[in-house]
Amino acid sequence: MYDLVIFIPLIPFLGFLITGLFGTKLKNETLIGTIASAAVGISFILSCILFYSLLNQHIENPVIVPVYTWISAGSFSVNISYQVDHLSVLFSLIVTGVGFLIHVYSIGYMHNDRSFARFFAYLNLFIFMMLNLVLSSNFLLTFLGWEGVGLCSYLLIGFWYDRKFEGTRIIWTGDAGNKAFIVNRIGDFGFIIAMFIIYVTFNSLEYQTVTELASGSYATYFNTGIMTAITLLLFLGCTGKSAQIPLAVWLPDAMAGPTPVSALIHAATMVTAGVYLVARTSVLFALSPVSMTVVAIVGVLTAFFAATIGLVQNDIKKVLAYSTVSQLGFMFIALGVGAFSAGVFHVMTHAFFKGLLFLGAGAVIHGLHEEQNIKRMGNLKSYMPTTYKTFLIATLAISGIPFFSGFFSKDEILWYAFSKGHWSLWLIGVTAALFTAFYMFRLLYLVFFGKERFDHHHIHPHEAPKTMTVPLQILAVLSAIGGFLGIPYALGFWFSSHPNMLENWLEPVFKNAQFIIYKTSTHIEIGHKIHIEEYILMLISVGVALLGIKLATDFYKKDELWTVPRKLATNNKRTFSLLYNKYKLDEFYFAAVVDPLMLAAKSFFWQVFDIKIIDGIVNGLGALTKDIGNYVRKIQTGIAQNYALLMMAGIIVIIAVIIFSS
Amino acid sequence: MIYFFIVLFLPLLGSVLLLFFNKKDKLAIKSTALAFSIATFIISVLLFLSFDYNNPGFQFYFEAVWIPHFDAGFRIGLDGMSMLLVMLTTFISPITILSSFSAIEKRDKEYYVMILLLQFAMTGVFVSLDLFLFYIFWELILIPMYFIIGIWGGKDKLYATVKFFLFTVVGSLFMLVAVVWLGFYVGTEILKTESGFTTNFIAIKEAINFHQIPIDIQKWMFLAFALSFCIKVPLFPFHTWLPDAHTEAPTPGSVILAGVLLKMGTYGLIRFNLELFPLASFEYAPLIAFLSVIGIIYGAWMSMVQNDVKRLVAYSSVSHLGFVVLGIFSMTSEGIQGAIIQMVNHGLSTGMLFLCVGMLYERRHTREIEEFGGIAKVMPAFTVFFAIAMLASVGLPGLNGFVGEYLTLLGAFKSPFLNSWAYTIFAATGVIFAAVYLLTMFQKVMFGTINNPHNLNLKDINKREWITLIPVVIFIVWIGVYPQTFLKVSEKSTTALVNKLHEKKFGGKPYVLKLDNINKKY
Repeated sequence: MYDLVIFIPLIPFLGFLITGLFGTKLKNETLIGTIASAAVGISFILSCILFYSLLNQHIENPVIVPVYTWISAGSFSVNISYQVDHLSVLFSLIVTGVGFLIHVYSIGYMHNDRSFARFFAYLNLFIFMMLNLVLSSNFLLTFLGWEGVGLCSYLLIGFWYDRKFEGTRIIWTGDAGNKAFIVNRIGDFGFIIAMFIIYVTFNSLEYQTVTELASGSYATYFNTGIMTAITLLLFLGCTGKSAQIPLAVWLPDAMAGPTPVSALIHAATMVTAGVYLVARTSVLFALSPVSMTVVAIVGVLTAFFAATIGLVQNDIKKVLAYSTVSQLGFMFIALGVGAFSAGVFHVMTHAFFKGLLFLGAGAVIHGLHEEQNIKRMGNLKSYMPTTYKTFLIATLAISGIPFFSGFFSKDEILWYAFSKGHWSLWLIGVTAALFTAFYMFRLLYLVFFGKERFDHHHIHPHEAPKTMTVPLQILAVLSAIGGFLGIPYALGFWFSSHPNMLENWLEPVFKNAQFIIYKTSTHIEIGHKIHIEEYILMLISVGVALLGIKLATDFYKKDELWTVPRKLATNNKRTFSLLYNKYKLDEFYFAAVVDPLMLAAKSFFWQVFDIKIIDGIVNGLGALTKDIGNYVRKIQTGIAQNYALLMMAGIIVIIAVIIFSS
Repeated sequence: MIYFFIVLFLPLLGSVLLLFFNKKDKLAIKSTALAFSIATFIISVLLFLSFDYNNPGFQFYFEAVWIPHFDAGFRIGLDGMSMLLVMLTTFISPITILSSFSAIEKRDKEYYVMILLLQFAMTGVFVSLDLFLFYIFWELILIPMYFIIGIWGGKDKLYATVKFFLFTVVGSLFMLVAVVWLGFYVGTEILKTESGFTTNFIAIKEAINFHQIPIDIQKWMFLAFALSFCIKVPLFPFHTWLPDAHTEAPTPGSVILAGVLLKMGTYGLIRFNLELFPLASFEYAPLIAFLSVIGIIYGAWMSMVQNDVKRLVAYSSVSHLGFVVLGIFSMTSEGIQGAIIQMVNHGLSTGMLFLCVGMLYERRHTREIEEFGGIAKVMPAFTVFFAIAMLASVGLPGLNGFVGEYLTLLGAFKSPFLNSWAYTIFAATGVIFAAVYLLTMFQKVMFGTINNPHNLNLKDINKREWITLIPVVIFIVWIGVYPQTFLKVSEKSTTALVNKLHEKKFGGKPYVLKLDNINKKY
């Protein structure tokens, strides 16, 4: 039964081969789109089957399905093998489910594109890699998926390779792709080294073995340097893939790719790989309180700073990109405080509403002929009613309005942060939530309300075709109700003692980590008890969200001239430009790392060290030999008397030596 | 056995045969050369299939004493490592020849004579089990390579070819001295043969396995051999001949240089340095590992600032070969297995990069990165191949480069001889830099729009070029997805070597020298 798992990644791979090898020959958009979407759809159905069997059959340990030995040398051996458990199946459902919808959407979005087939080939390859990442039973196959999704991200960001894109030292879309790949490689460096340490420590790269060994003797490993090293290095990988400080810089530029790509890769799935990895290795993280703290702090800082940048951006996709970075930060807060299932919960709801937001943005861009500046939009709700309605639902969800999905997941995170004693995390998190509600409604108003600020003569906004709107509607439903999978006890105690279905589902995955945290923590575990604070906090978050919405309404909806925000911007020029230029982090990296390195490599190591010194010595030796030859050559005069003279001199010297030495 | 002889001598036969061709008959010359190399490859596959990878020793051993007075002989045989490298040679050669059809435009006959001679010599290096024979093959390589760069090369070809020649010769002279000394020492002190001299590799190996050479002498021997091999690899700081030779060599010359020739150095390090001078190897491992880590980073940095695509790829070789040497001197099974597979990988992916650069060069007669841009639009099929070669070189999992890099780094990480994580941590940064220089180059050459009117009408790759590239891609993917086919070939011989080294370092049961057994065994 569980052997089916092999086909989940395999079928999208077949889709990749078909669309990639024969796509240009097929020439039929519908056919190509259908094949690619069907491949993902079948994987989704297979994932559902696995989900169903996990639901009905209680398994204590993950089911491992080995396929073949991949790399083996000496005592090292690692398999291509998949793992069926609650976490991997959940991610598989998200990836294939949202992936399928985005595939369908892309049929409409990419209509008439010169490289239609290539696009779908990349998308299928991406799904294949992503499924390897989440279904793998060991670190190395996950790493294959990890790098593979990075590759697809690179290929898709630069998909329109002959288009320009604006960014710091970025001219072409391909430059943005390079940036994404290279920044991610810095993270991957951490991942690789972490794998080496894991291997020498546990003598295995299998998740199950490592988890068992680590939790089996947790007392020995707890708070050791080695665990901290492993987890921090893994987390370096996560900061790359999930765009956290300090490696967050690539994600905004990744918006150079087609919008469905931003939805699929740079919002719903790939960027949550970091969250997946931490969740997957929760036991290791639980063993290192230092790393947990680092994760939480990085998460909260990213959530906050990205949200502030989102306040002032004018590109519809950039706003959403910073929002993604910020929401990912929230997920890491959850992981960092040990609320692993809350983090995963937010991954899921975020996949719904952020996927929807990006797809909605895509419909807007599509309808406005590639216009992305929200200051040149307005009143689109009368032209694009479906897009507007779905976008509104997603906006309500991300802002944390009660009973939409984002409300449950974000609130759970904030509550855990508070209840585990980190009120400062909570406070910054709530502030970020305020900003979120503000910038999202700012976006909504500027795009769908107010005056029409686009060029009427050239642009005639129109609603997107059915292939695009149907996925929007499905995602809207999920964004609206998806949160009910994770009803907190405080709200659901009246019908169940364990109302949080998602937490129940993931319980077997995180039980070891939770056990370690419970055993090693000095903090008293809260358990399932109703706390009055929880209701107060809930009210505060809702209040904060409403405040954000009110501010946005006052600033951008009621006042068509945007007087207040304009005044704020002119009165605080420096702050504004700092935010607008994303804290100049890119510039800082260029000035501090890239430029000095390139300069040193070029003007010292290459032109001086390599050419002057090493080659200088080599050529010098050559020249020396030549010179000596030239010099000595002069003795060979060809005149017999000279030779005789030299011979005489030699004889005299020899005789002298003999006489004086005896 | 017969296969083995054919694989070794068929290229030589072809080379000699070509001498009798009319030099105007270019088609016949080309097709004959190709036919010989393809036939050799086919036979080598048969050889590969009859190779028993459960046997750690040398197979297909053949011995014929030439000069009884010195006990120098024609002794050849194959173990797992040399089997793989012979396969690499026979595989790369037809591809090189196929790519020569367009790259070589003058003196065809001489060229194909040289290239087949080169194949013979390269195979010879990998199969020799006699120091004298090895030395002959080692030096024989220089002759065709000297002419290939010197006659068919670019504008600075003379400087490059002389530099290449002198670097190698200087190294090999030290090796010659060491060979003579070693033959003498083993012949008179240990084996006490009639002539007092031997170059029989297996006899020497067994003899000094039981009867250790004093450490002081080992050190000198080690250095003499290592110098020669490290120049060939090339290990930092002996690398400066490589960018020049690569840049000036014609495309097939670069392919064969990167594909096979550099591997002779790393092969020698395993075969002679580790095998014969274990104590000195323990002593010098940190130093050489250090140099290879420097080479990894340094080569990558050099690549980042090059304007010439070919020079960029050439410097990347310095970086990639650093991984191989690091793996070797980790002296662990993982490291050495990784090094061996990485030798093959580098031959495939860098060889393919050179092929791709050559295809661009033939169309535009320039290799300056700035001259290109937007090529993807006019050459879509080429773009796919170039991208695969680039990604393999970047070390993307699922393609070949990753397997080798990962294993060598892992080997270095857990090595009890290097005993520090620092080597791996610094070496792994090379993985980041590789992405920097290759992706940047690829972006500048292939993507964007075409600004240079010369690039507007470039033709996409033709059938012959497809046929040249497809086989390489097959192996790049094969090794990436299922490396066990190749890893298991050398596994037993590597394990035997590593066990021996570990025993020497960390103790084991004492050995008794039995002279007769050595001779009986083979």
